[in-house]
Amino acid sequence: MNTPKQFGVAFAAVLLLACVPAFAGASVVDKLTTLFIYMLLATTWNLMAGYAGLVSVGQQAFFGLGGYFALRLVDGGLPAYPALLAGAVGAALMAWVMSFYVLRLKDGEFAIGTWVVAEVIRILVMLDPLIQGETGTSLIALNAVEPELRRSIGYWFALAALAGMALAMAVLLRSHVGTAAKAIGDDDEAAASLGVRVLRTRQAIHVLAAFGAALAGVAWLASAITFLPRTNFGVQWSVLMLFMVLVGGLRSGPGPYIGALLLFALQEFMGDFGAWYLAGLGAAAAGCALFLPQGLWGALSPRLVRLFTRPLVSPVSTPQERTAP
Amino acid sequence: MSDTLLEVQGLRAAHGQLVAVRDLDFSIARGEVVALIGANGAGKTTLLRCLAGVHPTAAGRVMLDGTDITALLAHQRVRRGLAMVPEGRRLFDDMSVRENLRVAGDHGRPGDWTIQKVLDALPALPPIIDRPAGALSGGQRQAAAIGRALMTNPDVLLLDEVSLGLSPLAVEEVYRNLAHLREAGRTSLLLVEQDLSRAMAFADRVLCLREGRIVLQGPAQSLTREAVTAAYFGVEADSPTEAHS
Amino acid sequence: MIEALIQGLLLGGFYAILAAGLSLMFGVMRIINLAHGDLAIVGAFGVIALTERFGLSPWLALALVLPVMALIGIALQRWLFARTLRAGILLPLLVTFGLGAVLQNALYGVFGSEARSLGNALGDLAWASWELPGGIIVGQLPVIIFVIAVAVLAGLQLMLSFTRLGRAIRAAASDPEAAALCGVDATRVHRAAAAIAVALAGLAGALLAMQATVEPYGGPMLLIQAFEAVVIGGIGSLWGTLLGGVLLGVAQSLGALWSPQGFQLAGHLLFLAVLGARLWRQHRHQLGRPALPGWRHPRARKAVRA
Repeated sequence: MNTPKQFGVAFAAVLLLACVPAFAGASVVDKLTTLFIYMLLATTWNLMAGYAGLVSVGQQAFFGLGGYFALRLVDGGLPAYPALLAGAVGAALMAWVMSFYVLRLKDGEFAIGTWVVAEVIRILVMLDPLIQGETGTSLIALNAVEPELRRSIGYWFALAALAGMALAMAVLLRSHVGTAAKAIGDDDEAAASLGVRVLRTRQAIHVLAAFGAALAGVAWLASAITFLPRTNFGVQWSVLMLFMVLVGGLRSGPGPYIGALLLFALQEFMGDFGAWYLAGLGAAAAGCALFLPQGLWGALSPRLVRLFTRPLVSPVSTPQERTAP
Repeated sequence: MSDTLLEVQGLRAAHGQLVAVRDLDFSIARGEVVALIGANGAGKTTLLRCLAGVHPTAAGRVMLDGTDITALLAHQRVRRGLAMVPEGRRLFDDMSVRENLRVAGDHGRPGDWTIQKVLDALPALPPIIDRPAGALSGGQRQAAAIGRALMTNPDVLLLDEVSLGLSPLAVEEVYRNLAHLREAGRTSLLLVEQDLSRAMAFADRVLCLREGRIVLQGPAQSLTREAVTAAYFGVEADSPTEAHS
Repeated sequence: MIEALIQGLLLGGFYAILAAGLSLMFGVMRIINLAHGDLAIVGAFGVIALTERFGLSPWLALALVLPVMALIGIALQRWLFARTLRAGILLPLLVTFGLGAVLQNALYGVFGSEARSLGNALGDLAWASWELPGGIIVGQLPVIIFVIAVAVLAGLQLMLSFTRLGRAIRAAASDPEAAALCGVDATRVHRAAAAIAVALAGLAGALLAMQATVEPYGGPMLLIQAFEAVVIGGIGSLWGTLLGGVLLGVAQSLGALWSPQGFQLAGHLLFLAVLGARLWRQHRHQLGRPALPGWRHPRARKAVRA
């Protein structure tokens, strides 16, 4: 969102969407909630991978942690909805603490390191008697809320989370943190030598992305109500995030949204194909990475750019060749 | 009696948007020693890398012994007899000197050079033959790198920044070895050398590059210091001057 | 407890084979193949399919599957990995992750979700054990697998040290451009390395299927364990990888004594601890300080005093 006009369009869209529960049926509201959750996951993964160059395979840790902390807080007496929000904040705090360790890892180590950390968190959570290992538990407090209201609140929560994150990311990327991130993306040693606080910048992005993933996780819990460690901490969320961002368009603004829409559409129409469908997703993601590096957005946008007032600023440029000696 | 062994026609190469080498035409005869001089950024290393096949050419042709090798990859050019000692030597640090030589011997062109002959030609090598390449001094690395290139039996040997980072004694040693090579008469040498007087003393012919173009070319004997310095620094007008023998 | 230690030690051999393939690809092509574990499972299922459908002995099936795995490695290198080499670190990670998802789900589609094993096909060997002095029971199969692992690693080390291909692989891993300048054909070397790496993965998978069970979605866990073994043992030498595998196996076995979850958890924690220690040491090194505050090398201490 670079111009007031684009911002206005987005704001109007959010307002419009907020009215949906008033006139749409239960199934539509549920589906849109799922879509918002996908978009939330896609944009936060894109933030890390596209803008900060951090390819994480462990975002599911925060997806699950948000829900876990919420469950613990509810168990401790907090009402359900505040607990959900607090849970997401707690997950973001964990991300901040983890970042001192995790952000010092490079590339492949970072990818697998975040994955291992997510696994450790999952195992530790499963050891909590509240969770009962594989069985999981439920946010029973939500059952007390009347289903239609609960569905609407879940919808608005997801929508608000998505809109809030989109706004936060836009602000962040236009601030000095955003410029720093671009500099780091180009050449982190050079950036550091100029005084860019590399770790701080990456931390900011890491924590924000974790917060987004955690919000998605609690939104998921709010609508699904049940919490299953294997599902909520599953690495398949990373597969989905990868697909959405790569196919939609890495590093672009609209890319993750397009990817999320596509995933959602595929789930709707092809979910029945089970494993082959997921295999297909993986192949599509890999294929796009290889042949369509800008994703669908990159392929379509030159034509669509005339409809918008200004093309999106490219965040991470490819490293320039150094001049010959 | 000289044959043209290496011929470059209209060579052009770039780094991204920056053109490093433009419209280069020159040739090297069999057994000839040519020095390539020029200020930093003039395009010398880029030219050598293009000839070796590790830098893409935007336009032009490279002919080796009458065959167009422009489309060939680096390892293919080595098999045809064109070898380079790169800037920074680029030895395989974890492997011993002997192993470095053997890799080149295994994959280069078959020919006369054997490990023993290389050891004979480069006296610095026998004492360090089994030492890991990462543990050598600058002069030893240079000798090992030259030895490694020789193992591929080149007809044309490109040497980038011959004396860079070497002590005066080591430089003397290198040029002694190169002189032996010249005497054997089998290998043409194209060397990039920052030390102007040494370049002019050792080479048969000198090529001066500035901003990617040849601005001076001719036999080392007949070029005056003033002409070379002027060409090197671009004190004169931009039109390239050539001195013929 | 001793039995757990021995079990862990023997498990280390398996991890070393798994890790060797991963680190070979990384060393030569700088690619971390996130589908490595899945390829191991593919190899395992290949052997299982041959033994179940044609009644072959697992060892014979393994001998048939390994060359096929090598060919798969060459094909993957040629059509997939080679393309990712152009564009930085991100692309190989993304593409191999996608590949892994494809393999897992394809395996599930073909074989279903049941865990399979080669235990039945091995007959008595699956149960046979020796009794050591002190009443310690050691399974024969794990020992055989360990011996195979060490033999394979030794063979690999010999190949790398003394053959033409081995030297070319080491050269290309050390400096690809310089290797090209020596006449080494990088494409051939990469394909050879990929063939070996994938064959090793298949071997590891089959060995796992012999000792335990494999299931279509088991790949990621194997990848993580392979990576952990490499990191724990230090990147660089094959014997380091063996050591890393053994340490990982021992940690896991000891962890399993505490709780079923302890098996994985102990391995992960050891990995994170070793990684953390290395990061700490680098951090201190960058600051110009010794790794442990207040510690000085004995010789340095003397010099300061004198």
